[in-house]
Amino acid sequence: MPENTPDSPRPERVTLFASCMVDQLATAVGESTVDVLEHLGIEVKFLDDQTCCGQPAFNSGFRSEALPVAKRFIELFEQVSGPIVVPSGSCAAMVRNYYADLFRVDEKMVMRANRVGERLYELSEFISRFFGTDAITGKLTDTATYHKCCHLLREIGVDEEPLEILSNVEGLQMTPLERADVCCGFGGAFSVKMPDISSAILNEKLDNIEANGSNIVIAADIGCVYQMQGGLRRRGSSVQVVHIAEVLAESIRNSNRAVNSE
Amino acid sequence: MKPLTTSFRTKAAETMVDEQVLQSLEHVYTGFFKGRLEAAGNTDNWEELRDKGKAIKDHTIAHLDYYLGQLADNVEKNGGSVFFAADAAEARKYVLDLAHARNIKTVIKSKSMVSEEMALAQALIDDGIEAVETDLGEYIIQLSDETPYHLIAPAVHKSRKEVAELLDDNYVEGDPVPDATELTMMAREKLRGVFERADMSVTGVNFAVAESGSITLVTNEGNGRMSTTVPRVHVAVMGMEKIIPSIQDLSTMLRILIRSATGQRISSYVTMVNGPRKSDEEEGPEEFHLVIMDNGRQKLLADEQMRESLNCIRCGACLNACPVYRKVGGHAYGWVYPGPIGAIVTPVLTGLKDAANLPAASSLCGACHDACPVKINMPRMLLELRYRTAEGKTDKDERTSTTRERTVWKAWRIGMMGRKRFDIGARLSRLFLRPMARNGWLKKAPPPISGWTSTRDFPLVSSSSLKARLNKRSKKAKS
Repeated sequence: MPENTPDSPRPERVTLFASCMVDQLATAVGESTVDVLEHLGIEVKFLDDQTCCGQPAFNSGFRSEALPVAKRFIELFEQVSGPIVVPSGSCAAMVRNYYADLFRVDEKMVMRANRVGERLYELSEFISRFFGTDAITGKLTDTATYHKCCHLLREIGVDEEPLEILSNVEGLQMTPLERADVCCGFGGAFSVKMPDISSAILNEKLDNIEANGSNIVIAADIGCVYQMQGGLRRRGSSVQVVHIAEVLAESIRNSNRAVNSE
Repeated sequence: MKPLTTSFRTKAAETMVDEQVLQSLEHVYTGFFKGRLEAAGNTDNWEELRDKGKAIKDHTIAHLDYYLGQLADNVEKNGGSVFFAADAAEARKYVLDLAHARNIKTVIKSKSMVSEEMALAQALIDDGIEAVETDLGEYIIQLSDETPYHLIAPAVHKSRKEVAELLDDNYVEGDPVPDATELTMMAREKLRGVFERADMSVTGVNFAVAESGSITLVTNEGNGRMSTTVPRVHVAVMGMEKIIPSIQDLSTMLRILIRSATGQRISSYVTMVNGPRKSDEEEGPEEFHLVIMDNGRQKLLADEQMRESLNCIRCGACLNACPVYRKVGGHAYGWVYPGPIGAIVTPVLTGLKDAANLPAASSLCGACHDACPVKINMPRMLLELRYRTAEGKTDKDERTSTTRERTVWKAWRIGMMGRKRFDIGARLSRLFLRPMARNGWLKKAPPPISGWTSTRDFPLVSSSSLKARLNKRSKKAKS
């Protein structure tokens, strides 16, 4: 597909799946996601009953515990039609790529999961697919680099799109991150269960971040954001790690402010 | 080879503080990984070749009985002998018996991971037969009494100085370290004499071609080819999955194997062996034996969820791509096969209970799946093995999860099955953790988060959920 030729028609309404971590830990990422989508003229619906897609337990091997949570997710999001947007490549990958394995003895559930999965988009994937990577032209004066989160890159297949979206933020000076596509070592429960290995991988990432010299690191999955930010804080570094939704929302606010003050 | 999979964490911890080994492991990324990317980028139909490779292996493994039968028939037609070994012990016994029956004094070995499963070199030596590794990396490993560190670069963790200490008889601490060419010449000189007196060779097999009964060896040093031509007896050992139907398939498989392994378009030597010397030929071995080993592979074959691992062509690309392998090193995996593919096949071949840490040690980043020339979905299989160790549903003896873990995940499930509980759980954990937090971050936290805070700050749960915030927003917008 050539760049900047978005699919039509553009959705007018979407449902937000926040993901459990954004819902309870990184609420600013959730609000920013809503801001960005509303800026694109989309009405955002939030299903109050949502919790989690089940990935944490599934990745830890506890499929009996993950199963009812995943089923609950399917049942909940079957109640709405149209696209579902999640600010996480990892949660999108869980539903789209791994539900089939989780439900494998239940053919009907696999089909239902696939139908919901087909409507589920990661945020930057959704923007580039339906609105184009040049749809948002905000303003943010800062130096930044971008880390390619593993599941968004390799499970969902979104590689350059977030960078293209960010290239349209006026004033944002992007410097490519060395080994941007190498894992930060997060891996969910792995980061807690094997902290030494997780941190050894993280340290290589942080060395590359510090060598990059940018003030902010942008990533598209909150787990990776916390892994890198938590490590940088422990190092005493002042580099900020932020979710792409937050950067876009802030840039939109800045340009709105500029317009209002004119 | 006796598995040492239980010591994964201690071995890994040792490597993670070994600056020299970590430095050597960098080459795995800057050399092999980058080399593969470049080679793939320079190959127009790369993705097509990978799909073709996957289709060839899927087909072969699905009809393994048929192709193994065809291979055995054709090897015998070519004048060779075939032995099917149920396990490593049987394979070892066949080679040892053969060596004794032929009054063999010296065996030269070229690189073979299957022979590592058999611990063959040591078995020959224990039986009074000289057995020397001729692949430079394997030779270094043999001299230092270790096991291979990497599928295609067994001595990748060794510094030049360590190699000099092993190869250079005159080297004294403090001397300038000889360069790689000088060291290679030293090894060459030592090995040349062994080649001359060897009366038997043992090689591995990169691909056995069923339709022609031939075996293929891919090497860069030429030792493999010399092993197949000089001694009077040639024994090739292979795992029963290392088979492809036709010569046509071989051309596809060689393309993806070599590019994925070293980034080369073709290796210095690609050798095909079609049995022993024929009556009208002047050179080549008098006898050719093919040992086809199972050693647990039938378990993989019968296991629908793990079968895809038999598609592996042992290129090492998944190791090079793996951030975990590059930090914990090859020996941590505790058996013959390191890295992501090792974390998948070792537990099934040697016992999941002892090897439970291997599939657990993954961030599930998917770089292995991305790098694999035959697109083996390794993350999916790592998750499958985690499932087995967590719940023991497939085999209750495989369960290694603790009562605490099981309780934590049960509590998690209960918390996720209703929105109210989800909110209450989050607010309670905030109340509990807040006294320990500063500016929204925790430097120390109780288990299970303590694992995280040992090296990183942990974010405090938000004062209200996104749901609460969005509801407030919409009320505000309406008023």
